[in-house]
Amino acid sequence: MLSINLRKLTPARISQLKYIVFLLCLLPAALLSWRFFNDDLGANPVEAITRGSGDWLLRFLLITLAITPLRKLTQWNWLVRLRRMLGLYAFFYGVLHLITYLWLDQFFDWAGILKDVWKRPFITVGFAAFVLMIPLAVTSLNAMIRLLGGKRWQLLHRSVYAVGVLGVLHYWWLVKLDIREPLIYAAVLAILLAARLLRNKPGAQKQGA
Amino acid sequence: KLPNVVASQYKPAGEANTPLKYVTGYNNYYEFSVDKEEPASVAGKMKTRPWTVSIEGLCAKPQTIAIDDLLKFAPLEERIYRLRCVEGWSMVIPWIGFPLATLLKRVEPLGSAKFVEFISVADKASMPNLNRAILDWPYTEGLRLDEALHPLTLMAVGLYGEELPNQNGAPIRLVVPWKYGFKSAKSIVRIRLTDKMPGTAWNKAAANEYGFYSNVNPDVDHPRWSQGSERRIGELTKRKTLLFNGYNEVAPLYAGMDLKKNF
Repeated sequence: MLSINLRKLTPARISQLKYIVFLLCLLPAALLSWRFFNDDLGANPVEAITRGSGDWLLRFLLITLAITPLRKLTQWNWLVRLRRMLGLYAFFYGVLHLITYLWLDQFFDWAGILKDVWKRPFITVGFAAFVLMIPLAVTSLNAMIRLLGGKRWQLLHRSVYAVGVLGVLHYWWLVKLDIREPLIYAAVLAILLAARLLRNKPGAQKQGA
Repeated sequence: KLPNVVASQYKPAGEANTPLKYVTGYNNYYEFSVDKEEPASVAGKMKTRPWTVSIEGLCAKPQTIAIDDLLKFAPLEERIYRLRCVEGWSMVIPWIGFPLATLLKRVEPLGSAKFVEFISVADKASMPNLNRAILDWPYTEGLRLDEALHPLTLMAVGLYGEELPNQNGAPIRLVVPWKYGFKSAKSIVRIRLTDKMPGTAWNKAAANEYGFYSNVNPDVDHPRWSQGSERRIGELTKRKTLLFNGYNEVAPLYAGMDLKKNF
């Protein structure tokens, strides 16, 4: 193990790694559903699922955003091969989060849902964040990158920064008083966004060894 | 186990009690934790003996009463009340206690007394969150005197036949079933009769979200979420929230009052 050069993984190692990461990312969802069906989510299981899926959505969003700075920092270029899967997992937990709200919270009462999205700022921004994620998920296929062209694809995918900001805001505005947890997400997001600003600044240190 | 508890007429028809494990395992008790499952494991450290409740302010006979005397001083009744949390969930809880009116009459409120302030314990030794400015500690609540004297307003000392567990507000707490749960202050050490509307912990923290009255009202939304429906703990579907949590007998207290303005 120690002899593995993390800067240069073989294709076989990378595909092994992808399987492992795929399963790891599925674990929170598996655990939530196992606990749900075993009546282990406490007094308010719907709230627990909503909170759990929302937490993991934000976490995967931040992990996805961390890939590029981490890659620059470590020179582990294979990290970028995991980015799409991590981003899609953020979307997956977003779908779970939204379905829980539409189904187990609102019971598909579309009038009530519309009113919520319109009247409640925290739901408005959460919903907006989800809508912004849809084109990103749809264009995650290689064929779509070719179809759009690299530059336009990249431009479109910059909207993930907005998704991050709206997502953190959504959590912040939901909390009743104790904002410590949303603050942690906000701080991590700020660091990840700042890393990009610094890197893109003209005259910034040249990347590479 | 509390002895000599008599059943009362107060029980919601056709609504099952919320299981004990949820009543004692899902609590908002911010002095211990802002998490709802944590108070059950943390609150045990609070000492509820010796404990006194001081009743003071605008009354002829202010006094300090030890908890064990309070347990004996009025006949204990079991009252099964709905509890509606401002967060949108609800329970049905078999409380044990006596009407607050019994206690207040004993101190003989003066004619100038218009409000009652309730002050909860702030015990640094057992309550980790007192070091953090989450709410303006100690937790305080308030009622208009006529609300406090209403026969539904209960001083609870037990639930499900036993003394109150700490996380539910031992050894004595307020229960006002037609108002959102946070109005029902826990672990009370001081009750003060005043002529001015007292500040309340949640109102001080967010005045636009938590009013002094905080009557359960499906037509007055919380600024951030609807109050039109609620999830009964233990059930998966939601039910409609009722005005005054279904306790229509309190409506005369608010005759002619704009409930949207006085939320």
